[in-house]
Amino acid sequence: MRFARALAVSALVLAVAGCEKKQEPAAAGQQQAAAPSDTILIGHVASLTGEQATFGESTDNAIKLAIAEANANGGVKGKKLALKTYDDQGKPEEAAVAATRLIVQDKVAVLLGEVASSRSLAIAPIADTNKVPQISPTSTNPRVTKDGTKTRPYVFRVCFIDPFQGTVMAKFAHENLKLKRVAILRDVGNDYSVGLADYFSAKFKELGGEVVSDQSFKAGDQDFKAQLTAIKNKNPQLIYVPAYYTDVALIGRQARELGFKGPLAGGDGWDSAKLYEIAQGALDGSYFSNHYTHENPDPRVQNFVKKYKDTYGSVPDALAALGYDAALVAIDSMNRAKDLTGPSIRDAIEQTKGFHGVAGNITLDADHNAVKSAVVIGIEKNTPKYVTTVEP
Amino acid sequence: MARAKAVFRSILPFLLGLPVLFAIQSVTPPDYALILVSVGVNVVLAVSLNVVNGFTGQFSLGHAGFMAVGAYTAAKITTGLVGVDLPFVPQAFSDQAIFALALSAGMATAALAGFLVGMPSLRLRGDYLAIVTLGFGEIIRSVIENMKTLGQATGLSGLPPRTNLVWVGVSAIATVVMARRLAVSTQGRALFAIREDEVAAEAMGVDTTGYKVRAFVISAAYAGLAGALISHAILLATPRMFTFVRSIEVVVMVVLGGLGSITGSIVAACTLTIALELLREFQAYRMVVYAILLIALMLLRPQGIFGTREIWDLAIVRRLFRTRQLAATGPAGASPTEVRDDSTKGVV
Amino acid sequence: MTEFLQHFVNGLSVGTIYALIALGYTMVYGVLKLINFAHGDVYMVGAFSGYYLGIVGGGGEPSFFRAAYVTLGAMIACALLGFVIERFAYRPLRHRARLTALITAIGVSFLLEYGFQLSPWIRTPVQFPPGPSPRFFPPLIDFGGERSIEVLGATMPKIDLLGLGVALGLMLVLQFIVYRTRFGTAMRAVSFDPQVAGLMGIPVNRIISWTFMLGSALAAAAGIINASSRPKIEPLFGLISGLKAFVAAVLGGIGSVPGAMAGGLLLGLTEEYVAGYTDSSYRDAIAFTVLILVLLIRPAGLFGRVTVEKV
Repeated sequence: MRFARALAVSALVLAVAGCEKKQEPAAAGQQQAAAPSDTILIGHVASLTGEQATFGESTDNAIKLAIAEANANGGVKGKKLALKTYDDQGKPEEAAVAATRLIVQDKVAVLLGEVASSRSLAIAPIADTNKVPQISPTSTNPRVTKDGTKTRPYVFRVCFIDPFQGTVMAKFAHENLKLKRVAILRDVGNDYSVGLADYFSAKFKELGGEVVSDQSFKAGDQDFKAQLTAIKNKNPQLIYVPAYYTDVALIGRQARELGFKGPLAGGDGWDSAKLYEIAQGALDGSYFSNHYTHENPDPRVQNFVKKYKDTYGSVPDALAALGYDAALVAIDSMNRAKDLTGPSIRDAIEQTKGFHGVAGNITLDADHNAVKSAVVIGIEKNTPKYVTTVEP
Repeated sequence: MARAKAVFRSILPFLLGLPVLFAIQSVTPPDYALILVSVGVNVVLAVSLNVVNGFTGQFSLGHAGFMAVGAYTAAKITTGLVGVDLPFVPQAFSDQAIFALALSAGMATAALAGFLVGMPSLRLRGDYLAIVTLGFGEIIRSVIENMKTLGQATGLSGLPPRTNLVWVGVSAIATVVMARRLAVSTQGRALFAIREDEVAAEAMGVDTTGYKVRAFVISAAYAGLAGALISHAILLATPRMFTFVRSIEVVVMVVLGGLGSITGSIVAACTLTIALELLREFQAYRMVVYAILLIALMLLRPQGIFGTREIWDLAIVRRLFRTRQLAATGPAGASPTEVRDDSTKGVV
Repeated sequence: MTEFLQHFVNGLSVGTIYALIALGYTMVYGVLKLINFAHGDVYMVGAFSGYYLGIVGGGGEPSFFRAAYVTLGAMIACALLGFVIERFAYRPLRHRARLTALITAIGVSFLLEYGFQLSPWIRTPVQFPPGPSPRFFPPLIDFGGERSIEVLGATMPKIDLLGLGVALGLMLVLQFIVYRTRFGTAMRAVSFDPQVAGLMGIPVNRIISWTFMLGSALAAAAGIINASSRPKIEPLFGLISGLKAFVAAVLGGIGSVPGAMAGGLLLGLTEEYVAGYTDSSYRDAIAFTVLILVLLIRPAGLFGRVTVEKV
């Protein structure tokens, strides 16, 4: 009996191993077949499962949309585009393996992703060594496109970086809202949040303001009242919460429950319809910086918002908008590139100038960061309202 | 004479393995190389955790914490010494020497962390030990997240690409040789005795706490090695790589392979890593399939792939190699881990 | 003083959630000596069943009836889930090494977490599986007017107060079941020695099933109480709470019902005061340090009985 079971398990193990063996030649054959065919493969590494799955999902949805549109318009250089997405579970090691597989095995022309800087940092060296351009939609850490002091040749992004966005809100709070005392509540496990908080804090102090309290939490926490009570006792005029909407909605509610009346402020991580659904008006009077506003009458924006809503049933969040832009930049560059090899596409991406994207006009600077203006959005009656635009 | 034989037995695997590793290194395409690296790192992790969870019967959930210690130490050294060349030797050699230094330092600090964690907590047993090791793992991660010099949540990036298949292979062989030599030594006997019955072992004069701490320190050192290797393969060390979920993944490999079975750990580590890679095509369904696979495998073969025994103890393998006299391995007879442990009574 | 009191109120609100989840861990551990790793996910499923029940029935308006219907319904749904998990994932492995069942527990946990993260197959009347994006848990009860009361300067939302009441009620009911009923006596006997209990004519399998169902129902109640107060639910939100509750159960002495309650409240308050008065970025680290210190001084937890092993 025991022997039979052992045999069954060994058979299972061998079967798995065998599958791999068999796949190797098959995959190799496909590669050779795929290269001259009439489709261009675009790779996407996303967190489709795990803690940050909701961000990976909206980015992936938007990219699918962009590719479908491009195909409807005749594709690129007469070829159809196809998307291949691999899940990385939100882990940097997995992101590295997925990116390698997309580049070497699937031979993608362009690599899109990742949402989070910590995972883009794992992908960047792989893109560089294999000479396949990587466009990150939302990784805001300055180090993503840098290798020490020099710029990584094959790594680009379509969003602004932490130093810019953090200072936008600091300036807005100090100059427009005329506030002197602020508190910060940051997500200590998230590089995006820590980066924004640091730059905000530095700029606000530089402008002569005072940061009276700097508290932190961890994504996935349900209760923030301990930190908020401590913050409230310091009597700040504003609480800066650079975090994702998943946590911000609860933070807003709990701040109000504790009787904090002042505004909260944050960054582009706030932008999602879910924020208003969960906050239920708790964030009224608050502000956040973003790449664009849904109210923008620009047909491109309206068209995107409408299409996304029709396809997926929800208003696109900032991650979706940037994912869409990343795909658009990739497609546009491939159209402009003289051929579809990595270096030519790279050169084309580098020359991107004043590209008319959904989330603002994109010009890539020498460090491969998108230079674009930020908008400040205020929340009134549980709906976002455009307030002002801040130029870089 | 016996000593010379033992030394020979420890060295032989390296002598046989090195040429093979260099051969593999030279022919493997880069996409498989990274997968092979993660397979090798998982082998190091699983076999080293087996020393604590399998040999000694202590339930540790803090392996990822030690990985983090090793990874950050090694990363600090290699990034700090980047561009530094040893005199009189070619640059490639100098790089590798510095990497060897970094790996050793990572092992040393992880071992130190293991000692600091093990010393107080190994007085506890069973699930209490599990929760304390888990707690220490989270504390280590929390400290890293708050330290500016360690890059906080972003971690350290831009590490030099030093990990290759030879390093990973040598580390895996070293871990296996260590575990194997340990299992057949006096030290190993003491560990098995502790697993079988701690009270009886103590009555027989085994310094249970001392042996447990030593096992823990050894295991932590190799976890540090694994952490250093993986961080120099993906050129990044961030706290996100070392969550308690990572520890759980390793525990799964150990239990699936069979507690106390070195070959079992190896097979489980390889199978799970490769299976997960093959399942990548399923996208979001991947982890669901993985979960079902895990449950099914455990129900089908509860004692793990090889139980507490090694691959050469299986009847089918024995029949193939009947002529050879087998060296004594582990405890014979019914698998001891299958006995229900009712030592800690509940007090509902 | 006001701040101290406010922290106390906040800590109590979190602590009751931990305590309710910890009760499930501790009861299952008591009878099976098994860490039910999937328990935190049962808590998550509890909140989602409440969410779905709120959509398909119970009327749109918040009312007492609706709250009771949703809570009881979710408790029953989770009790069934607990029964299924025990019957198919744990019972076949009962006489195996304890770590074996732990792996299936992890498997079940992954299955629930990642299964709920899949994009929906069913779209009407409810979207199932819910997918990864967070969902708003609609209010079950409308208090009308002020939503919170103020005591000595500390504000406490009425919903938290109600949650606290329900949680305490459930704990009293549990205490009654465990110590005053035939089932409770049988449960304690199984916990003491399953083999002898079997010889005494106690249907061990049935008792274990019921224990699982009871624990899962409590987790569901915790899920609803938490979601009413902090109305964001997502497939992974049981992970951290489950882990913390497990810590609480160990802190109180795993296997002990009063221990789980005390452990949960203690952990909630410790976290609260640590985050409120010291550097909150070390909150988890300090909470774990407290746990480790307690265990080093009392290795069997606060309420755990120190057993002298007889040979």
